[in-house]
Amino acid sequence: MKKSNIIMLLAAILPLGLFLFPLWKITLEAPQYPIPLGMYIHINDFSDANPHDIKNINLMNHYVGMKYIPDAIPEFKIFPIGIIITSVIGLLIAFKGNYKWFLGWFILMIAISAAGMYDFYLWEHDYGHNLDPKAIMKFTNPDGTQMGFQPPLFGSRDILNFKAHSYPQLGALFLTLGIATGLIAYFIGKKNHKKSLLM
Amino acid sequence: MKNLLKLTLALVFVLFTYTSCNNSKSSDNKSGALASNVAEKVYVAPGEHDEFYAFISGGYSGNLTVYGLPSGRMFKEIPVFSQFATSGYGYSEETKPMLNTSHGFIPWGDSHHPDISQTKGEIDGRFVFINENNTPRIAKIDLKTFETTEIIEVPNSAGNHSSSFVTENTEYVVAGTRFSVPIPQRDMPINEYKGNFQGALSFISVAPETGNMDIKFQVLMPGFNYDLSHPGRGKSHGWFFFTTYNTEEASSLLEVNASQNDKDFIAAVNWKKIEDYVNNGGGTMMPADYAHNVYDEHTHTATSTMKKEVRVVNPVDVPGAVFFLPTPKSPHGCDVDPSGEYIVGNGKLSANLTVHSFTKMLAAIEGEKFDGEAYGIPILKFEDVLAGSVEQPGLGPLHTEFDGQGNAYTTFFISSEVVKWKLGTWEVIDRKPTYYSVGHLTIPGGNSGKPQGKYMFAMNKITKDRYLPTGPEMEHSAQLYDISGEKMELLLDFPTHGEPHYAAAMRADLIKERSQKIYNLEDNKHPYAAFTDDDTKVVRKGNEVHIYMTTIRSHFSPDNIEGVKVGDKVYFHVTNLEQDFDVPHGFAVLGQNTSELLIMPGQTKSSVWEPTKVGVWPFYCTDFCSALHQEMQGYIRVSPADSNTPIKWSLGEDIE
Ligand SMILES: [Cu+2]
Repeated sequence: MKKSNIIMLLAAILPLGLFLFPLWKITLEAPQYPIPLGMYIHINDFSDANPHDIKNINLMNHYVGMKYIPDAIPEFKIFPIGIIITSVIGLLIAFKGNYKWFLGWFILMIAISAAGMYDFYLWEHDYGHNLDPKAIMKFTNPDGTQMGFQPPLFGSRDILNFKAHSYPQLGALFLTLGIATGLIAYFIGKKNHKKSLLM
Repeated sequence: MKNLLKLTLALVFVLFTYTSCNNSKSSDNKSGALASNVAEKVYVAPGEHDEFYAFISGGYSGNLTVYGLPSGRMFKEIPVFSQFATSGYGYSEETKPMLNTSHGFIPWGDSHHPDISQTKGEIDGRFVFINENNTPRIAKIDLKTFETTEIIEVPNSAGNHSSSFVTENTEYVVAGTRFSVPIPQRDMPINEYKGNFQGALSFISVAPETGNMDIKFQVLMPGFNYDLSHPGRGKSHGWFFFTTYNTEEASSLLEVNASQNDKDFIAAVNWKKIEDYVNNGGGTMMPADYAHNVYDEHTHTATSTMKKEVRVVNPVDVPGAVFFLPTPKSPHGCDVDPSGEYIVGNGKLSANLTVHSFTKMLAAIEGEKFDGEAYGIPILKFEDVLAGSVEQPGLGPLHTEFDGQGNAYTTFFISSEVVKWKLGTWEVIDRKPTYYSVGHLTIPGGNSGKPQGKYMFAMNKITKDRYLPTGPEMEHSAQLYDISGEKMELLLDFPTHGEPHYAAAMRADLIKERSQKIYNLEDNKHPYAAFTDDDTKVVRKGNEVHIYMTTIRSHFSPDNIEGVKVGDKVYFHVTNLEQDFDVPHGFAVLGQNTSELLIMPGQTKSSVWEPTKVGVWPFYCTDFCSALHQEMQGYIRVSPADSNTPIKWSLGEDIE
């Protein structure tokens, strides 16, 4: 097996780390929570950073009219299938395909990840803006529009008395590494191809 | 943070000296906290934690209070033997059984000597045991939750004072009787006390895993007063030592009649020997009535079981198990040093402090050098067991603790002081006054093989001029001393609640790591729990109405209840659905004739309310729980006894 194909094999396997480690983490800090509240987003689940955190986030958020974080979202069915399919494709081209396919896989993965991030953004936006009109507390921005409570997609932001942090976790690292390795496999494959043509 | 404090203090000091330069008098006087940095030694900065927990008994309050050291801040009052309206302990349906006894429901107690469980002679921080003197009982408090989880009544006992000290692997908690009584109890002339009354020393086994208590056996001793006790440790593990007074066996005017003998005894009990005897079928079962109350953390409910018999042992039937060590005069405290060699008998009417040697005691027993016997129990010769004595250290020695560095600290009630002396040489090293009339003193890890001799605190009976006069009755006072150096240094006065009789203290980190923050709702097995608003309901059973209610920030469910009638017995079963640390909810209804409830996250508690008046009565949350705490309320409608208002309940809507 060619060196580039072995690297491609690795690229196809790495994203499966998403099934072992969380993808993302949102943390909420406030003075009355010496241990910050937090939730992990996995490929197929939400989970508490500390026991009962999601319940306590829900309880707190209902004051401003935010919905409860659901037990499951449709993406939890779609994402795992997507990752399994792309990994299988990656494995197939690692065994059978040439380096040009590797680039194709890389582009596919970028596209899927971007779509995923966009979906995540939409969900966060809805969660932070689609508020109960009977909310106990209502806040407006300086310009008079209703204040949203959307956590940042990436990075940190102050939301009322909370500081919200949103950062990728180990699962996201595996996915990124897999995608990057796909691109590396392409370049190595291309280089070797040129070498073999010259010889 | 400490540097900042030093800087501030230094700055203050500089300013102080600068301004006083303007005075004609110079500022040589360096007394007080600033000069010696004493304030810094007890200062625990905001957000920082105390190094030690101290569990101080409340005497007649029946409770146990938890303090931090070195700050002297009170953190919690744990109800044990007394009803406690703050939380509903002893008032709620679930906790009423905790105060059940063979004499019926007893709403108060007189708590004395807390002691922390041990493993291999070291404090393990699992449980605190504490005795109730008046109606003899021993309680166990779980240090995971700081809740009283078990209380066992002690039959054949009266004035449960030489208690509740534990052996070095918490094999037993001991409960010795202060007053001897007829055993079994019977109607007889009091002046026939001598020779007819007996003293029971109870050995309560503690199951290693669960901590469940059970009276394994009682030793029926001669009719003396058994005052205090301590376990042997290390080389003397397997023995227990009890001080006695009134070896005269007087029943009247004891202050004179029980102070006649030049020497009373320390009873040395080889419990291992008696345990073997019992394990081989020794002793006899005697009819006895006593309550065993156990709190179940899953049903959040206590049950009270009446026991019908107890195993008693006549010490004469177990040769070599019990001996008397003559000790001058009316010894009170009985304290064993960390090595287990020295047994300090604090003769409260004696000019000297008497210390016995365990090694010498064994040799004397071996040589059978007896000085007669009392009721068949051999009396050893005073000179044969004496290790030494501290000559004229003060007036009225009561209690001794040890720092693990070979030093002992004894309180003197009459001369109001603590005296530090050296084991083995018996020389006095230091003495410091206390304010005033000191009883017990505590060194963290005191009753163990490994004292943590950094601090010592004395518990005083009289407070006088130490605080703002709040009189006539004032809270008693504890005083904290730094004992890390050669000389003791008084650091702090702090008030305590009730009578601070004795205390057990330990490093905080052992408990902090295991502290339980909430009760898991999934583990709640309370028969009347409601886990969601959909589970809530109101059920009538004859004239009983059971309300399955939930609380969460910031509402009750249901919050409108109708169909209750005058003469009904209304049970509010309230489940707190919160799962966040330190978010209890309260419950109270107008005219409540028991007490409010304070319900911890994940817990269910029940309160009975017997409405006597027609009307619409509010109920509300008593614990400020959230921004909308004030809105956390509801109404219950009470109709006349003969009405037929149907049962209805609702939340978030009007009743049609
Ligand atoms: Cu509340």
